[in-house]
Amino acid sequence: MSDTHAQSVAFVRGTEIPPSPPPATQRGAVKWLRENLFSSWANALLTIAALYVIYLVAVAVLPWLVNGVWTTTSLTACREVLQGQVGACFSVLTERWNQLLFGFKYPSDQYWRPGIAFLLLFAAAAPVMFFKLPRKLLIITALYPFIAYYLIWGGTILTPLVALLGFVAGYLGYARLVKQNFAAGFFAAIAAAALTWWIGGMIAEAVAPARPWLEEVPSRDMGGFMLNMILGVTCVSLSIPLGILLALGRQSNLPLIKWTCVVFIEFIRGVPLITLLFVANVVLAYFLPPGTSFDLILRVIIMITMFSSAYIAEVIRGGLAALPKGQYEAGDSLGLDYPQAMRLIILPQALKISIPGIVNIAVGLFKDTTLVSVISMFDLVGMIRGPILASSEWNGVYWELFGFAALLFFVVCYGISQYSQWLERQLSTGHR
Amino acid sequence: MAEAQMKVSDEVAISIRKMNKWYGSFHVLRDIDLTVNRGERIVICGPSGSGKSTLIRCINALEEHQTGTIEVDGIKLSSDIKNIDKIRREVGMCFQHFNLFPHLTILENCTLAPIWVRKITKREAEETAMHFLEKVKIPDQAHKYPGQLSGGQQQRVAIARSLCMKPRIMLFDEPTSALDPEMIKEVLDTMIELAEEGMTMICVTHEMGFARQVANRVIFMDEGQIVEQNEPEEFFNNPKSERTKLFLSQILGH
Repeated sequence: MSDTHAQSVAFVRGTEIPPSPPPATQRGAVKWLRENLFSSWANALLTIAALYVIYLVAVAVLPWLVNGVWTTTSLTACREVLQGQVGACFSVLTERWNQLLFGFKYPSDQYWRPGIAFLLLFAAAAPVMFFKLPRKLLIITALYPFIAYYLIWGGTILTPLVALLGFVAGYLGYARLVKQNFAAGFFAAIAAAALTWWIGGMIAEAVAPARPWLEEVPSRDMGGFMLNMILGVTCVSLSIPLGILLALGRQSNLPLIKWTCVVFIEFIRGVPLITLLFVANVVLAYFLPPGTSFDLILRVIIMITMFSSAYIAEVIRGGLAALPKGQYEAGDSLGLDYPQAMRLIILPQALKISIPGIVNIAVGLFKDTTLVSVISMFDLVGMIRGPILASSEWNGVYWELFGFAALLFFVVCYGISQYSQWLERQLSTGHR
Repeated sequence: MAEAQMKVSDEVAISIRKMNKWYGSFHVLRDIDLTVNRGERIVICGPSGSGKSTLIRCINALEEHQTGTIEVDGIKLSSDIKNIDKIRREVGMCFQHFNLFPHLTILENCTLAPIWVRKITKREAEETAMHFLEKVKIPDQAHKYPGQLSGGQQQRVAIARSLCMKPRIMLFDEPTSALDPEMIKEVLDTMIELAEEGMTMICVTHEMGFARQVANRVIFMDEGQIVEQNEPEEFFNNPKSERTKLFLSQILGH
């Protein structure tokens, strides 16, 4: 190596370079604009085109929103106020909000009942959704279905009480016999619950007061967004546990259980929901013993739950399949039995993987509850298409009504989606 | 040398008689006869596919055998699930890929089975867990998740997790083969310490240094059969079968 070369390689820093801010083009808003909107001439063109489209939409929508009329009693009156100007006729919402939310038959002096049930829903859902809350709060969740039923349907308080007692009796029967054998506990639970419901049902019918504290509202009077919420909340909360059971059943070593689950899942997934709803509405009556009337809402809940639980089962099966076999083996080798291994090791991980898929189905299910308008139930969409648009006052108000329906559904669905993303972040433990 | 202190009792811990296993029509384990006394440390080696992992996985019924008998601690292994769980409680196992539960912290990994299977209180379980985590020298990681630890640390946690069940027998299924060279030593040190305390151990491993130092019997398997077994000194210096010689020359020859 020559001397000159060695000199050019060797280097010792004499003075320190103080830190300085990046040039203006490389920071803040300017940098962001350059990188995201104007990084190349093609992107710049697209940005300008997009801005133009936004402008067009704003020009069309903003006056419509701003000029909106809120206080008239019919579409004709709206048009008179607007005098040919562009403007929405929001008065349909202020005039018919009660029908949109509760249907047109629910007694208007009783609106506070579903209102309270709705507020209590948050209290009931919170302990399930947020693990950091004390576990004792789950008692509210367990009692909520009975409270909500009583509030919304009213009638004699004995009905929800007997239902609750049936579950308690079933649990006691299960706890008594499960130590001997799971099957014995299972059937004891069913027998105890059925017996309680049968006897309790007879007693409740015999002593039902003529004028109960809360006026009874029959199922056919339920409507509006309340009906969507009833169906959505009930079906989601029933179909997730059912889906888990179906997914586990599909993996079972016992052929009878396995094939029952496979046939159920494949059959339900192969049939459109609307067909199942028609079955619930019309055909199911043929299969029931004559004289028994089976509540229509209950029939619809059963059908939607079956439908979505089949889908959820498949999503969870994906989560189960994604777990390495070693997790099952580690659980086994530590001596955990099947229910423990599933509950403590397999399901927490499989469900975590399945969250996006489950939420996807839950959101879809919630929106699918509007399909019941096809079997002449007056849910939110049914109310709009039926009583409101058919009325002489509001015939022709489409944008405002369907926009309102879309907004209500969007708020709920976006909320669910945001919650699921938060949950995924909470549950991430940095494993590969 | 530590070996001198390690006593082997006459009590039989594991006894395998005429055990055969097939995967479909493939005969993986053929007429296995093996008796392990309490306190024995056995190393099983052999080429891949020779059935050595399958053999130790049969001992805690992760794999089912078709004929012959396996007796662990006097309990005969049958297809009865209660029987199997009883054996699994007495037999700890470490896997090649650690198989820690990634959704639980290190401490929760260690306390889960004692709480749910041994039914001890959470506090007691945590004390035991901390004791064993100290033993494998990672008590300070107790509240981290497995994904935040290195491979060697994870394997040591896996050992601690098994020990928390207070097993009388430990099975190791290639515990170091998924590890970087630097981490192998820390895991082997833990295993050596365990051996010195008199734990009955069966290790499937290719760490021949470990075998020489710790094992009191080395078993060589090929094609589902036990080809040769001997004390380590004799086994390495004076192998009898041609197949063993070939195997040893290949793994020690570089």
